[in-house]
Formats: sequence, C-alpha cells, structure tokens
Amino acid sequence: MRLDIAKKAAALGLGLALLAGCGGGAEEATDGPVELSFWAWAPNIDKVVDKWNASHPDTKVVVSKQAQGDDLVTKLLTSAKGGNPPDLAQVEYQALPTLVSNDVLADISEGAAAAKDKFAPGIWDQVTLGGSGVYAVPQDSGPMMFYYRADLFEQYGLKVPTTWDEYAQTARDLRAKASDKFLGTFSSNDPGWFAGLVQQAGGSWWSVEGDTWKVSVDDAATKKVAQYWSGLVAEGAIDKAPMYTPEWNKALNDGTQIGWLSAVWAPGVLKGNAESTLGKWAMAPMPQWDTSAPRTGNWGGSTTAVTAGSKKQKAATEFAVWLNTDPAAVEALVTESGIYPAATSAQEAQSQPPAFFPNQPDFYTQAAKIAATSSGFTWGPNVNVTYTAYKNAMGEAISGGTDLVPALTKMQTATVDDMKANGFTVGG
Amino acid sequence: MSAVLVQDRAVTPTPRPPRVRSIVSALGALPTFVLLLGAVYCLFPVAWVLVAATKSSGELFSTSTLSLGSSLVANLGELATYRDGVFWQWMANSALYAGVGALLSAVVSGVTGYALAKYAFRGRALIFNALIAGVLVPAVVLAIPQYLLLSKVGLTDTYLSVLLPSVISPYGIYLARIYAAASVPEDVVEAARTDGASELRILTSIALPMMVPGLVTVFLFQFVSIWNNFMLPYIMLGDDKLFPVTMGLYTMLKQGNTTPALYTLVVTGALVSVLPLIALFLTLQRYWRIDLLSGAVKA
Repeated sequence: MRLDIAKKAAALGLGLALLAGCGGGAEEATDGPVELSFWAWAPNIDKVVDKWNASHPDTKVVVSKQAQGDDLVTKLLTSAKGGNPPDLAQVEYQALPTLVSNDVLADISEGAAAAKDKFAPGIWDQVTLGGSGVYAVPQDSGPMMFYYRADLFEQYGLKVPTTWDEYAQTARDLRAKASDKFLGTFSSNDPGWFAGLVQQAGGSWWSVEGDTWKVSVDDAATKKVAQYWSGLVAEGAIDKAPMYTPEWNKALNDGTQIGWLSAVWAPGVLKGNAESTLGKWAMAPMPQWDTSAPRTGNWGGSTTAVTAGSKKQKAATEFAVWLNTDPAAVEALVTESGIYPAATSAQEAQSQPPAFFPNQPDFYTQAAKIAATSSGFTWGPNVNVTYTAYKNAMGEAISGGTDLVPALTKMQTATVDDMKANGFTVGG
Repeated sequence: MSAVLVQDRAVTPTPRPPRVRSIVSALGALPTFVLLLGAVYCLFPVAWVLVAATKSSGELFSTSTLSLGSSLVANLGELATYRDGVFWQWMANSALYAGVGALLSAVVSGVTGYALAKYAFRGRALIFNALIAGVLVPAVVLAIPQYLLLSKVGLTDTYLSVLLPSVISPYGIYLARIYAAASVPEDVVEAARTDGASELRILTSIALPMMVPGLVTVFLFQFVSIWNNFMLPYIMLGDDKLFPVTMGLYTMLKQGNTTPALYTLVVTGALVSVLPLIALFLTLQRYWRIDLLSGAVKA
C-alpha cells in the first residue's frame, strides 16, 4: 500500500532534474557576443533590427513582438517585479513616467544624451521628463491632423474647416445634405485621441514642482474641449460610436464617416481598414481655436527604452540610439514599419507621399510644418488610470446621453486618488 | 426503462381528437426548436469566421456579412508567410502545450484519482477537500502567483513555465477520483492482490485501462482549456517564439492605434486554430461514448 522509499526518491530526483535541466541561462558572460531582447510592436521592426545584427556581430538584438500599449506596460511592470525584464522595450511617451516611477527603466543619459539635438525640444522633453536623466530615445511621433474624403467634400459642396466653429458648421451642413453621413465621431474609447485634442487647446493635466505634483485633468482648456464635443454629440451633428471597431471600419469604407481627426500615421490605418478608399482622402491641418497661433496635439508615438533590470545597459543604449538616429535605420523604420520618425532630419527627408495618398504629393512637407506646431505636454505617473477613467466616465455619459463635462471631474478624482494612494504628494 | 416504453406505447394508440393531437405534436416540436435555436446561436459565429476568412481586407468591412469573399487562398498564403511563417511556430507551440500538458495532466489525474479513491490513508479527506477548494479557484487568479514563484527558480519565459501549471488540474483529479471509484471495482483490485500482483502492476495493467474513458475526458477538457488559455502564457512568456497561437493572434490584433490591425490574418488564423480542436473531438468522441457500456463486473 505504501510507496517504498526508493520510488519516492526516484520521483523526487526526476522532478529536480527536470527543473535543473530547463532553468539554466540566468547568468551570462559579460564579454564576448551579447544578446539583447527587445519587446516591440511596430510592424516589421525585426527587419530593421536585422540591419543592426548584420553590422554588429558582437551585439545580437532579438525582437519579440508584443501586443501594443497598456498591455505591454502591465507586462513590463510584472516582468520587472519578477526580476527578468527584456533589455529593451518600445514604450509610448505617456507610459514613460509610469515606468520610471516604478523603477522599470534605466537612466541612459550617459550614452544617449548626445542624441538630444537630433530631436525637436518638445519631443526630447518627453523622454527626460523635464529632469537631467534620459529614460528613452524618441522613435516616432504623432502630430494630429484632419483627414477628409476629398471626393465627398466636393460632392456635398463642403469647405475644409480651419476653425472649430467651422468644423461644427461643416458637420451640421453635411447632416442637412446627407442625413446618413457624419463628419466625424466622438470616441469614448480613445483617451489618447482626446488627450491630443486637449494638448491642442493648451490643456495641461500634470505638472511637477520639486516633489509636489499638480493635477488638473479638469482644467479650463479641457473643459472647453469637452463642452465643444458635448454640444456636437447632443445635437447629433457628429457620430458618437467609438473608433477602431469593425463598425467604424465599415463606416470609413462606405463613406458614412467622411472625416477623421487623426494623426500623421493615419494613412497606414486607412489603408489597412478602408482599402477601397485609396486616393480619395486628403489631409489638412487641424481646425484651430485661435487661427493666429496654429497648434496641434500629439496622438500616439513611442520611444525605445532600456530597462533598469538589464545587465547589458550599455550595449542596449547604443542600439536604442542607433535605431532612432542612424540615417539608414530611421529610413528603414519609415519604409518597413511605416512610422513617422521623431528625428527631425528624417522628417524633412521624406519626399514621397504615403502610398495611400497619391493625390497629395506634398503630404510630408505639410506634415513637417504641422509637426512644428506641436504643443508640449507633461505626462503624469498614472496616465493609465486617467485613461481608464476616461473610458468609463465618457462611455457612461455617451450611452446615457448626458453632458460630457462632469466626466472630467471623475477623471480628475480617479487620477488624484490613485496618485495619493501610491504615495505621491499632490498639491492643490 | 422498458416498462415506461411499454406504457408509452399503450397510451399513444388511444384515439384523440385531431386538434389535441396537433397541439401535442406542436409541443413535442418545442424542445427540438429550442435546441435548434441554441445550435444556431452557437454555430453562427463559427459560420461568420468561416465566411470572413474568405474575404480580402478590402472586402471584410465593405461587403455584406454572409457573402463569400474571393481570397481564402490568398489569406492562407499571407498567414503562412507572415513574419517568415511564425504562425506555424505558434500552432506547434499550442500543440505542444496542449498535447503534452493534457497528456501529463491525464496521467497525473488518473494516478492521483485512483490513489484517492482506492487507498485509505491518513489525510486523504484533507487532500481531497483541498482539491475541491482548488476546483473553486479560477486558474486566472493563480497566474500571477505562479509567475512570481516560477521567476524565483528562473523558469519564466520557457516552455516549462506554461506546461508545469497546466499539468495539475484539480478538476481533472476530482473527475478521475469519481471515475475510479465508479469504474474500478474493489473486487477486481482484491482479486489481483490475491493473485500476487504488485500495486504498481494493478495500477498500470488493471486500473488505468479501466479508467481510459474517464481519462480521455480529462485529456479533452485539459487540451481545450490549455489550447484556449490566454492569461497564463500572456503573463509567463515574453519571447514570441514561445507564444501559443492565442497570444500570437492577439499581437496581430493589438498593433496599436497607429497601425491597422491585421483583421484578415487574425480571422483566418482563428479559423485555422480551431481546426485541430474539431479534429480532436471527432476522433476521440468514440472513446467518450463507450464509457457507459464498459465495465468489468456486470450485474
């Protein structure tokens, strides 16, 4: 009835052997060829990395493609806690403070500070978080622009709006002429999009002085933006369905949505989601609050960061700088991954319009001009909380048909509460 | 059973007014109708995947939902060549996690269930109650603790990190125990002991073969749950060469705002990824069916 000792010992031994056999590889020799792991989501990024591997036999970078955005932030936090993060990771600008305050990212100022003048000051500020450290190298940026169906604008006799008042009027005119079409939609599912609109309006959600944070997610500029969209939604001048859903894709395809407030990377998305509309779109600067001082916000954009847990930070930094400043590498990022480079010289070097916009040969010349009007923005250490609160509160307001402005108070409260709970000093 | 049948037969021939009869037959059709509704509800999404997989990215959002597209072959080709065929790597990984994991799980469950059912030892009730409690805890809740534990021994981001937690299935052990108690008669075990068979031999030559239908059920349950598992590999794995197909498809879908999701490839990939499950169910179904008929001691 009882297992004898020998069998028990054999079973235990087998288990240990199993553990030992597969648990190796934790420590690595410091000299000789090193291997760097790189978590990223940009399409075809592995092809760009191949170029590095071809010319740097001593430092092999291995790309591991991950799901984008908040998911990757969570995963980086978990893996850093577990003590085995990758050496390098693609990180969005707004996630940098979160990761830095959780000690996930390394300060790479020693190897990367020299790259400063390759980027616009507003972009560089976002990777230094306004201090002396450097926590990532900027990769791409997403200055916002207005996209519209040129053919349908012509058909309905619409003019491209240059101010937000004109945008509202154009939206109403379109509804009067074609009741099944919309100039755009208010997406309660895309906080990054809303944050871009707020940046344009001059909003500032976070600022830090010494050790004290000031949080103003419900500041005057943000209220102005929410008020504006609330009015358009209430009168039915624009749609209120979220973006990036199959329905929205269909609406882009069949011309139900004839405009999109988006960013410089929109051509790639339109090509993927609305292939049948090739050559029918055009790009213009964002509608403005104040035409005498044109501005735009940023939606999307990411960096290459080195983790604090990496044992090969020097080599990793070298790679991060190469990837985002070396002319050949940036060129490959543009052609292979379809990003809009953060490096200023590369922005100017683009002469061909995106393949989806053959009708707008000066696309990138215009884009560079618009990018120059980007407003700076300070991100806080818990953007993910603010974003989640946006989705909940705005989603509730939209489905309940109520005013959008009170949702900002909820976002503010959620953000401040979370920061206090995590030990940040938040001033009035 | 037969008595009921006879009674039934005796009742039906009594003539009834035609109206009552038609109401009765309409009522009789009701369960069938509800079942059909259920089948449509469950199968429609599958049909959608099947249809959508034939559409090119241009057709996916522009043509009507149920009209067939023109590019199934092209989609499959594109899927097969996406990032040098990484999709097949993911499929192979899924097959490894699910196949090996479910097999080991079935063996472990079988042996444990048999021991719990047939041996009286101190602490048996405690172990069994702990297992029942384990059934109540969702696997998702355990994923983070498992990650932190495995990272202590340096096992995260390896095949083992997904395999090891999948091997122990409290539900499988529970099922195997119930099954062993019901299908392996005490008399047979005692007879074997009298004949001088060792405990190990009784287990491998007598008990386990008798438990095969139950173990096949455990295998199937585990296979499907590992194949569909997302949370565990999501937390454990960083290297995309080790991803199972669920996570691979997720990375194709979540490419961020700035790049379009690879909808056509994801839909086609989803279709291809359920094929092994369907095949497995069709082939193992017959083992499942015989369990009611088999048994060593018939009354």
